[in-house]
Amino acid sequence: MGREEFLFLLAGLKWTVALSVVAFICGSVAGLMVALARTSGIFIVERLTAGYIAVFQGTPLLMQLFVVYYGLALIGIQMDAWAAVSVGLTLHASAFLGEIWRGSIEAVPRGQTEAAKALSLGYVSRMKDVVLPQAIRISLPATIGFLVQLIKGTSLASIVGFTELTRAGNIISNQIFQPLTVFGVVGALYFLMCCPLTIYGAHLERKFLTASR
Amino acid sequence: MNQTINSATTTEPMISLSGVEKWYGAFKALDNINMSVAKGEKIVLCGPSGSGKSTLIRCINHLEAYQKGDIHVGGIMLGHGSKTIDAVRREVGMVFQQFNLFPHLTVLQNCMLAPMRSLGLDKAQAEDRARTLLERVKISEQAEKYPAQLSGGQQQRVAIARALCMRPKAMLFDEPTSALDPEMVKEVLDTMIALAEEGMTMICVTHEMGFARQVADRVIFMASGAIVEEAPPAEFFSNPKHERTRKFLGEILGRH
Ligand SMILES: Nc1ncnc2c1ncn2[C@@H]1O[C@H](COP(=O)(O)OP(=O)(O)OP(=O)(O)O)[C@@H](O)[C@H]1O
Ligand SMILES: [Mg+2]
Repeated sequence: MGREEFLFLLAGLKWTVALSVVAFICGSVAGLMVALARTSGIFIVERLTAGYIAVFQGTPLLMQLFVVYYGLALIGIQMDAWAAVSVGLTLHASAFLGEIWRGSIEAVPRGQTEAAKALSLGYVSRMKDVVLPQAIRISLPATIGFLVQLIKGTSLASIVGFTELTRAGNIISNQIFQPLTVFGVVGALYFLMCCPLTIYGAHLERKFLTASR
Repeated sequence: MNQTINSATTTEPMISLSGVEKWYGAFKALDNINMSVAKGEKIVLCGPSGSGKSTLIRCINHLEAYQKGDIHVGGIMLGHGSKTIDAVRREVGMVFQQFNLFPHLTVLQNCMLAPMRSLGLDKAQAEDRARTLLERVKISEQAEKYPAQLSGGQQQRVAIARALCMRPKAMLFDEPTSALDPEMVKEVLDTMIALAEEGMTMICVTHEMGFARQVADRVIFMASGAIVEEAPPAEFFSNPKHERTRKFLGEILGRH
């Protein structure tokens, strides 16, 4: 495998990173909304968000990408592969992050909310100043774990024809007929992205475990 | 029942409850509660576990919803909409058994948060007020620390200062010394006594009978969600009228 081919893989890597970043940022914003709706105390809102979460957790990511890519085209919304995959991954991430953060919000002791209420803090301040800073801390290991899943999940975008790292590997491998070398390099590139995150997540988990003792 | 103390005063009570009923499903946690607390009055609320003491004081700032009756605080009628609930919560401070300090904020930030967010003080004003009150509970040198770095007694004094930073008209205490090691009980009680001497209106759920004798204008005894007996401490301890009160006092005083 030559320099040319390697640069092509790096171009794919660039799109993998871009997809991951967009899906994670947009998914975080939407996921925060999902988590807040899920803990709103308003019955109908909680049920609806629970349903939303259940749908995304109960179906394969690949199906979700198909539905967004082909489904939206069927009802007349034209999107290029990049936009469709971004939307699909964002929806997927919002459901998973929403559920992770719901758990973390509920793990903050009730006394915190009660003390905030007794101090006449309104909902926004209670969440922003008291509950969420603690919930985010609690959720960090799981959030990082999901980010790793998300990065690897972007490889499914190759199936709807988007040239990210995995598809770039496929193309090169078909050109130079060295699948083992090519996918070895592709795998190494994924590993270089994910492994530091995994280690960081494990580090945070240990840190919180000792802090909560 | 002994209602002599406040029925004579003509000024509006600071806190009054009339006919308050609270249900948890089919379980009646509060049964026809009538009480009135004058400005500056100190009430000690006691009773066996599960008698509804916490539920009662938590209704006063609407941490618990109640189904029947009326509650007035500082001239505001506590409705069920968020407007009057917020107004009442600005007027009454609450101190919890478990302190409930915000662990991710420093002592100073704990005290500054609510005055800034709900009274609209700017940072300098809030800090000024916080430092003054931390001084008053004798903990100003710990202002930059986090709650976890303080002893239980220190944390509870910070919790008192935090509540006072809202300049409340009344304070509610729910067993403020029950979670403390014995050697720390006194520093918290002393803080409460100082507060009482400054004329704060207080309702304290506590089994510290020494505190009740020294500070309370009235002791109210609850059992099974109802007020069974109320009397000034001297009378309450020396001449309890009801069998349940006598039994309770026997248990609690016998313990010490
Ligand atoms: N969320 C709840 N759901 C159902 N029952 C409850 C709830 N909270 C309290 N209770 C019941 O209401 C009754 C009164 O409880 P409360 O906490 O007010 O008692 P207490 O006098 O403060 O007791 P303690 O001295 O143990 O703190 C108890 O029987 C309790 O089991
Ligand atoms: Mg209680």
